Amino acid sequence: MSTVNIEAMVRAAHESKNYDPLLDMIPYARLLGIRCLRLGDDAIFHLPANPDNIGNPTLPALHGGVIAGFMEQSALLHLLMFMGIPHMPKIIDFSIDYLRAGHFRDTYAQCQVWRQGRRVANVAITAWQTTRTEPIATARAHFKVDGA
Amino acid sequence: MSENPLLERAQRFLSALRHCQLLGISAHAADASGLTLRLPYSEAIVGNPETGVIHGGAITTLMDTTCGISTVCVLPQFEICPTLDLRIDYMHPAQPHKDVYGFAECYRVTPNIIFTRGYAYQDDPSEPIAHVVGTFMRMGKAVSAGTVKRDVDGARG
Repeated sequence: MSTVNIEAMVRAAHESKNYDPLLDMIPYARLLGIRCLRLGDDAIFHLPANPDNIGNPTLPALHGGVIAGFMEQSALLHLLMFMGIPHMPKIIDFSIDYLRAGHFRDTYAQCQVWRQGRRVANVAITAWQTTRTEPIATARAHFKVDGA
Repeated sequence: MSENPLLERAQRFLSALRHCQLLGISAHAADASGLTLRLPYSEAIVGNPETGVIHGGAITTLMDTTCGISTVCVLPQFEICPTLDLRIDYMHPAQPHKDVYGFAECYRVTPNIIFTRGYAYQDDPSEPIAHVVGTFMRMGKAVSAGTVKRDVDGARG
């Protein structure tokens, strides 16, 4: 595992404007099937419908933990992409509000960094499926970004 | 019959959740005071390939599931209880190549809402890697009719 160099991967991703190889280096992101859509100076994260991500079999609905994990990974990647952080930020805390059932279909997420200090960043994440104005979940997280 | 009906109900609940099966989460202990689930370490849930530390998302899944299923410790019959919100505070990163255990208890049950809290740990429950609180909504028995209820409660339900 020590052969992986995140810093070099992030640099290469910045140069090629292609963040999929970086996502493919992260086993958990690969397990869920997370993709990244670059839209000019912005990014939307994409979780394609995957039966392995189902929690509630009756609806069926995505597992709440999958939605949370997708949103946490989106925030991590957003920090690497846009905030000039060369190493993997460390999670301090994560809080999620589930607003609607996450049905078995494609899910999207977008991030907003409300504050980045030298040591800590605060990120808000919104996830939706059919309509962006009707989010299935909102979350906020703090990350340690100083690499210590 | 069974040695521990709560643990069996928890295990049946768990086996209905496909993503938990994918992660290999299993029921470890259960009694009236709370539930413990186990998340085995695997390369597939690593979040930082440089260090081998597992992703926070896998711990969130473990704790959302533990808090959600801990409702079987206080409810006489299976009810679907969707998560309203969940908060996780990380005390320190999980150590690679070690399983993670999640413990949760329901500390307040109202007709509509169940308040849960718990923690995740590896070797020592007194040194948790994360603290968790989660709030769940009770949908009542009417909505719960279906295969999951039958699977969890067995033929008695």
